[in-house]
Parts: sequence; C-alpha cells; structure tokens
Amino acid sequence: MNPGKNGAAKSSEYAAGSLLTVADLSLEDVAAILAATDLMERMAAAERARILAGRRIALLFYESSTRTRTSFELAAKSLGAITTLVSDKSSSIEKGESLKDTGLTLRALGAECIILRHPNSGAPYLLAKSTQLPILNAGDGMHQHPSQALLDLRTMLARLPRVNAARVNAKTLEGVTVVITGDILHSRVARSNAMLLPRLGARVVLCGPEELVPWEALGLGDGVEIERDFDLALSKAQVVMMLRIQRERLSGLELDLANYISRYQLSEERLKKSAPHALVMHPGPMIRGLEIAGEVADGPNSVIEEQVRHGLSVRTALLARALGAGGFESVTV
Amino acid sequence: MSDILILNGRLIDPASGVDAERDLLLRHRRVAAVEAPGRFKGVAANQTIDARGMIVAPGLVDVHVHLREPGQTYKESIATGTAAAAAGGFTSVVAMPNTVPVNDSVAGLEWMLDAARGAVVKLFAMPAATFGSRGDEITDFHVLAKSGAVGFTDDGKPVLHNRVMREALVAAASIGVPVSQHAEDTRLTGGCSMNAGPVAFRLGLRGMTIEAEAHIVERDIQLLRDIETHDRLRPHLHVQHVSTGRALKAIREAKASGLHVTCEAAPHHFTLTDDAIGNYDTNAKMNPPLRAERDRQAIITGLMDGTVDCIATDHAPHALFEKEQEFERAPNGITGLETALGLALRVLHEGQGMSLSRVIDLMSAQPASIVSLERRGTLAVGSFADLVIFDPAAEWNFDVKKTRSKSRNTPFDGAPMLGRVAFTVSEGRVVFKG
Repeated sequence: MNPGKNGAAKSSEYAAGSLLTVADLSLEDVAAILAATDLMERMAAAERARILAGRRIALLFYESSTRTRTSFELAAKSLGAITTLVSDKSSSIEKGESLKDTGLTLRALGAECIILRHPNSGAPYLLAKSTQLPILNAGDGMHQHPSQALLDLRTMLARLPRVNAARVNAKTLEGVTVVITGDILHSRVARSNAMLLPRLGARVVLCGPEELVPWEALGLGDGVEIERDFDLALSKAQVVMMLRIQRERLSGLELDLANYISRYQLSEERLKKSAPHALVMHPGPMIRGLEIAGEVADGPNSVIEEQVRHGLSVRTALLARALGAGGFESVTV
Repeated sequence: MSDILILNGRLIDPASGVDAERDLLLRHRRVAAVEAPGRFKGVAANQTIDARGMIVAPGLVDVHVHLREPGQTYKESIATGTAAAAAGGFTSVVAMPNTVPVNDSVAGLEWMLDAARGAVVKLFAMPAATFGSRGDEITDFHVLAKSGAVGFTDDGKPVLHNRVMREALVAAASIGVPVSQHAEDTRLTGGCSMNAGPVAFRLGLRGMTIEAEAHIVERDIQLLRDIETHDRLRPHLHVQHVSTGRALKAIREAKASGLHVTCEAAPHHFTLTDDAIGNYDTNAKMNPPLRAERDRQAIITGLMDGTVDCIATDHAPHALFEKEQEFERAPNGITGLETALGLALRVLHEGQGMSLSRVIDLMSAQPASIVSLERRGTLAVGSFADLVIFDPAAEWNFDVKKTRSKSRNTPFDGAPMLGRVAFTVSEGRVVFKG
C-alpha cells in the first residue's frame, strides 16, 4: 500500500535535464543522447565551444575520481562552460555544511547545473530536490552511475558486430549477452548497466560468489540473470565487463582473495578458452592481477581505453541536455 | 462541579464487554455512571457532549512514544508530544528513555513525570534498563518502580548481552513489570538503513535482515524459559515494534508454551512496505524498517489472530533539517500519534474486517494491561475518565501542516484515514476537540 504523496517521486520534483538514474531514461531519451553525442563529436571545436559558452557548471565531488571528474570537466570546457570543482576535502563540507546548503550555495554563486559524486546512495535526489537545478549523477554510493552505463552502451554499439548503432530501440542489443563479473553488490556501474542494457534487448548475466552477487540482484529487472560459474558465463558472452573488488565498501565482509582470483579473474587463458571474441570492458579503476590480468587489459579484446573516450563524448551530450542546449532545447521546460 | 455528560453515543468498552448505546456521566476525573440512553434526563452537567453517530471508547494507550524531553526539545517536548497524543485520541502514553540525558535515574524519572512539564494527557515512563542505555549494567529497578516506572527498556538499542538481559528480566520479574526489548542484533545491522531485500539492492542501500530481529527475540524467549526453570520467577518480556513474520512465529510459539511474552506492532509496519521509500524518502526511514509485503501480511495475521497484543506508534519526531539529509545519514523514526487510529481503522477494520471493538481493544485495554495501568483502558464505572469520541465513518486525509507535534516527519502526509477523533477527554478534562 502506498500512502498519499510519498513513494515513487514524481519526475516534476526534479529539474528537467537531470540524470539521477538510468531508470528515468526512456529509450527515446537514450537515442537522443547518443545522437547528440555523435553530433557533438563531429562538430568543429569552435562550434562546440559555443553550445554552453559562459554557462556555469559546478562539479561537486565527495569521493575521489579520475575518469569521471576529468571527463565531465573536459566535456564542460569543450562546450565553452565555466566549471568549478568543489571537493569534500577542501571546502566547508569539512566544517559540517550539509549537502543541501552546499547545493544552495553553489546555486547562489550562479551554478546552473551540478555534477555530483557522493558516497551515499540517493544523495543526488536530495540535491535535486533542494536546489531544483539539473543534477547529473556522477556516481552515488552503490546506487547508480548513469553516464557510465551510457558510455558502456555506446562502446558496445561502436564495437559489436551486427549491431545497428543508428537505431536505438528494444531490439538493438537482441542476441547480445553481457557478463558482468565481480563485486556486483557494491557496484553502481553494475546496477546501471543491468537496468539499462536489457531494455535494448540484451541479456545481462551477473557473475560472482553469493557474497558479492546476492540473489536480490535478480530484482533489478527482467533480462538479468545470475551465473556463478565464470567459464560457463563467459561461453555465452559477447561482452564481459570486469569489476573491481571495492575494498572500501566491504565493511566486514571476508573474502578469500586467492580463491576469488582462481574462480573469477579474467585471465588470458580463461578468455581464450571460453570467449575468444568477447569485448573486454572495465569501468575502472582496475586492479591488474586481481579481477583482471594485465595481459587481458592490454590485449586485443580490451576496449577499456575506448570506454574512457566514449565517456568524454557522452558526458558532453549529457551536459548540453542538462542545460537545454545543443539540440536539447525542448528538454528544459 | 466538573461534570460532563456524554449522550447518545455507541460505547465500545472491550474490557467490560460492552458494545451498546450508552450515556456516560464523568465526575471528579472518573467515570461516575454508565446508563442506557435517556437515563440522565434531568441530570445537570456543566458540559454535555452529543455523541450521536460516534463511538465512545476508552482513551487510547500508547506504550511506545519518544517525547524528546529532556534534551531534544527542538524535536518535541512533553507538552507538544502529549498534545499530538490527545489529537490522536490517546490519553495515556509511555515515554521511552532515550532522552538527553538518558532517563536512568529516579531524579530523571521524577523530573519527566512532574506536572511542570505540562503533559496534556497522562504520562508514564519506562526508564532505561541499563545505565545510559549502554547495555552494561542494569539500573535500580526497585527504586525506579517506586517512582512510577512501568517497565524498563533501552529502546533504540537492544540489551545485547545475554547476561545483562537475563539480569534485567529477573529484576523486572520480581517487581512485576516488563522488560521492553528493541529486538535488533546490532552486530548484524552495522551500516544498514532499511530492510534487506530487492528494494535495498536496487537502491544500493545496506539492508537489515529478518534474522537480525528474530535472533534477539529467540534469544530473549530462551532466557525466559531458562529463568522460569531455574529461578522460579515469571518474567515478562515485551517485544517492541515487531516487524517480521519470523519474530512473530517465535512469539506465537512462546505464548503457546505458556511464557509471558507480549508484543506490539506499529501502524506503519502493517500499512507500508519498503517500496514506500521510493526515491530515498527519509520520512519512510525508521528502525525496525518497513519490510516486504509478506512481513506486512504476517503482522496483520498476528494482529488478527491475537499474537500481537497491542498497537503502539513508536512516535519518533525529528526536525526537518535532520531528515533533509542523505538517506543513510538521516535519523530513524517517524511521528505517529495522530495517524494511528485512522490507519488502524482503515487497514485493519475496513481493509481486513477486524471489528471496531477489537481495534479499540488493541489500542486501549490491551496496552494498558501490558504495563498494568490501573483504571485505564476501560470505561467501567470508577475508571479514570479517559476517553475518545470518534466518528468511525469519517474519511479524511492527514495534513501534516496541522500536526500538534513539533515535527513533521511522517510518510502519511496526505494519506487517507478512516475515523476521526471528535473529542479526547483525559481524567475528565476535554483535551482535544476535533
């Protein structure tokens, strides 16, 4: 039973152009974002730099980040925006300022959009509600990392054979099995991909021991399966995505690393034997020698660096969308 | 003269087995007479309440409220919390000890119960079971009971250690009051902010398992059995806010085997599931958390079959700034005094066909009996004139802007309620008029 006005929040509670979870994106939204990504990638730099010329974008980072922060920042700058970075280590956050007040302060300083990375799941909802600014979720706790799922999708569309990247619909990834292996429990990347890819027709197979891949994960939606045997999972895979063991989130969970490596590391031998043609992906940061062998990360199947490049492009489109520019004028009401 | 006549209402007094049209005369804080309609013709009173179409019932009793005084009066005070109680039809409330400082001394208890605090309805208190509710050393149950303690609890936390819980049960048994246990194995719930399950997984939140509640309930029942066998005492365990079918099963079996176990259920646990968290609504965050539908159904089954002894709100006010935080950082708890009757009638009476009499029993006579409140929870002649008059058919929506509480942390703002309080009378004084 749901009471009156709580529960599933109405999207109108948040500014248009926000991206808090992949669940809020329709397939049409995904298609539009990918089309805009293509467009901006092809644009001359000078033209691109006019799209958000002079607009103010704040990056609010409560967790460390290399890829996401840098690519959002470079994406914003390539659109001509003015960016400012606020991190928990060097701001009034250290003095106890709340997320709400930090957001209101950034808004008062003229920020028109905030990119938030936060260790608490759901924090972007709080920021979106209290500032009414478009918020881009750059990773919240164990919950979501929507821009990562979109860049992963774009990487797959670019590299998978027999996939029509120009048509994004419920059948685009039909026949494609994506195996995501590792620390699913603590992974916002896994949740985002497992909630996005099946809507384009992919099968997502989550792989790992029960401590890291609990049965509740099946509740992420239709098209999500669990397979504990990595070699079996690999034998069906067109894509294999490896995830880092998030030591900082294990909170007491004991894991026998040697056993884990023997069962779940993507080694050269394992890849050759079970999935010689699969794309190898990793959202980073990766720990070579733990979840993935260095040879595989650097090998011919790996598209890990391409993911990073797609990240820059996709984030360019997301920023234009957030601010209702560059073809997204109708997004902002 | 302070006589009040209540005419033409339908009196439902489960403790007396009455469900009939009755007129009541209240005099000198007590129920002076209960008669068939019309018998008081010619009796002069300085106030007459026409209760036509209304239910007249014993004032509701809540064995589990947090009034935040002393120490956190920015959330609530004894005056505002008991005003909210009156608005909800409650005439007796039992304050939990997790104030600042913790209510673990006679001085603290007497201060809390002092008339100067301005309680609008009758205030009772359960002091801490252990000093500072730290779980190490039990408080002085005997002297606290003499000063009015109606039970002992470390609510908000469990009494975790076997030895300490055993000592508490033994000490309480010799006095004849319950030990109220917040059943949560905190060794299993570190970092958890909601129920374990698919919703928690999707939201990326760590979940409290069913086992974390059941382990403590099962352990405590084992202690009762052990004490009955070895100490020739009959301790009374009261399990607070039961939220899982598994804990209820243990309680059902313990009752069947003759142990003295009682338990309470909160309206939110029989009304909502963890889906109500939606997009991290901190007003749906409490401890124990909202559970899955099968547990909600198990609580309803327990209420219907008598395993659950009473409804208690766990009224837990928090300021807006505290709830306007990241979900995992926001404090646990919701307000509940003004929505309990409306939810119980909607979910249990209308939704499940539970009789009005049974709903009233679960909210008055039964909780009064758990903490042995004399002459309360009933409207038999000679009882305290504690009563609620409500329209059982009134459908309305709760509006948190009109709350008497200092805080507004409820998931039920705008939610449909059934049954509306028209009058609340505490010891012969009208303390709320709807």
